[in-house]
Amino acid sequence: MASESADPLPHAPESQYTHTLPLPFTNSDLAVLTQGAEALVYRTTFLTPHTPCVLKYRPPKPYRHPILDKRLTKARLLAEARVLVKCRREGVKVPAVLGGDWEMGWLVLEWIEGRTVRKVLDEWVHRLGLRARDGRDVVDLADEVVQRDEGEMRRLLGLMGRVGRAVGRLHEVGVCHGDLTTSNLMVRPPGDLQEPGPERTEDDLEGEIVLIDFGLATQTIHEEDRAVDLYVLERAFAATHPAAEHLFQEVLRVYGESFKGAKVVLKRLADVRLRGRKRTMIG
Amino acid sequence: MIAIGLEGSANKIGVGIISHPSPNKPPVVLANLRHTFISPPGEGFLPKDTAIHHRAWVVRLIKQSVRQAGVKIKDIDVICYTKGPGMGPPLQSVALAARTLSILWNKPLVGVNHCVGHIEMGRAITHATNPVVLYVSGGNTQVIAYSQNRYRIFGETMDIAIGNCIDRFARTLMIPNDPFPGYNVEQYAKRGSILVDLPYTVKGMDVSFSGILAAADLLAGQIGEDIPEKKRLRSEEGELVTKEDLCFSLQETIFAMLVEITERAMAHVGTAQVLVVGGVGSNERLQEMMALMARDRGGSGFATDERFCIDNGIMIAHAGLLEYQTGVTTKLEDSTCTQRFRTDEVFVGWRDD
Repeated sequence: MASESADPLPHAPESQYTHTLPLPFTNSDLAVLTQGAEALVYRTTFLTPHTPCVLKYRPPKPYRHPILDKRLTKARLLAEARVLVKCRREGVKVPAVLGGDWEMGWLVLEWIEGRTVRKVLDEWVHRLGLRARDGRDVVDLADEVVQRDEGEMRRLLGLMGRVGRAVGRLHEVGVCHGDLTTSNLMVRPPGDLQEPGPERTEDDLEGEIVLIDFGLATQTIHEEDRAVDLYVLERAFAATHPAAEHLFQEVLRVYGESFKGAKVVLKRLADVRLRGRKRTMIG
Repeated sequence: MIAIGLEGSANKIGVGIISHPSPNKPPVVLANLRHTFISPPGEGFLPKDTAIHHRAWVVRLIKQSVRQAGVKIKDIDVICYTKGPGMGPPLQSVALAARTLSILWNKPLVGVNHCVGHIEMGRAITHATNPVVLYVSGGNTQVIAYSQNRYRIFGETMDIAIGNCIDRFARTLMIPNDPFPGYNVEQYAKRGSILVDLPYTVKGMDVSFSGILAAADLLAGQIGEDIPEKKRLRSEEGELVTKEDLCFSLQETIFAMLVEITERAMAHVGTAQVLVVGGVGSNERLQEMMALMARDRGGSGFATDERFCIDNGIMIAHAGLLEYQTGVTTKLEDSTCTQRFRTDEVFVGWRDD
């Protein structure tokens, strides 16, 4: 604690993160990595001071009735841990569960190196934007990029394919993510190339896809749930950039070949797309 | 510039007159009148009867609002009306009234998206610059964020609207529809304290209410006076569950779902402002929950009172005038209405952020 200072600030700005961490982390001084809607995510270490890990804490929601809050926190935390363990067992790339306490609302997970697909896409869109000064249509531009930078496009499509396969693999083992956005897909740099070097940016499209944040995941084999997963991902792509929708086709293509039953899910996806309310009906 | 707005997409007919003195000054509400068609307890409002109600009231309300505003007909620049979404027959009767005025007074028309009307009025009243908007009413449940000249829908209901869920539960319990069912359910809920288990259905960014309504209806069937006391629904502590408790449980559950998806949208967009609009937005418990969530994220919650969050003519006038000032009008032959009109179909030409 800081020593006694002269005068406390008359209007000390309230910290954005006012939560106290639960035991045994209460007295540790951890920095928040992200504040999701559900959980606060911290970086800490596990067993050795050099092994990073993620602490995911679901604080009580002040707006929710305490009984409902406890019920949801416990159910979601346990479901998350179970799903992660199951994925691990089946060989789907997800963070390992290192510890947890569902009464207190925390989980400790393996640290995943790398960047999110969202970041990768944003940077790609940014590069696209640099070439868009003459204000042409983005789809034309995307086509132009395909022609001009065939190599980059091929690697980008390769990445999209790996996304499709990773999601397919997840669905195949009977898990639906529930919040499958581009922020919840990590690209882990391949093998031992983990020390950051100046030419790393060239290789950032390589690497395996690791799925993270299973806070809303369910164990299900319903094509409906699988299709909703894909729909959420599709909207995340569309929200990034109109040109990114084009890339999503590659995700779907590889997904469709990734496991038995994937084709049915793609058919169902067409129904899910139409389901938004108050859409203009044709016919 | 001055606009008159006609709204009648559901069971309220509203006429409002607004003035935009200059681009840098806040809009001035000159008149904001409304009349509601109220159906008997246990019944909803039928499109046909609602349209008859609107036709009976529209002329009276227009005359009254012009008188109240103290404007001359020649000072009015544009006539705005609700193009949709909403119930067909009520929309049609109000669109017809707008067309008639347009010919009679020789003034241009602007057809307005009802949802955009709510959003713009909410922003004007609360001065929230770029909030995530939760639009909750009897016919709509949407989480909306602005991006590149569109109000984009982040999450919405997959089946019935939240207000419809509340209204229909009020019918199950035979709670009166006057002044409106949601208000009465809210008063019941204030007296309730037992939280019974109801399904909690958040799917990604979307929510679903029909299953919760069915579950609540089933529970309501187990608390009737006609059932022997031994067989009636009890809490874990053995207390008898009342209508008030059911209203309380319903509100706590469905509002928590709404706040959850709104929080997800805020986390995604990276804003700490949230604005609640629409009829259900007048619920004080929902406003309180939103404010708690926003404060927890270091931001603030905004809401308007029943004059502006329940359907009204002034919001149609306001949003229509904003559009009119960008040079857009609706030609007489195009002045139709539609039951389906998504929020993200409207090009928001009056915002450039």
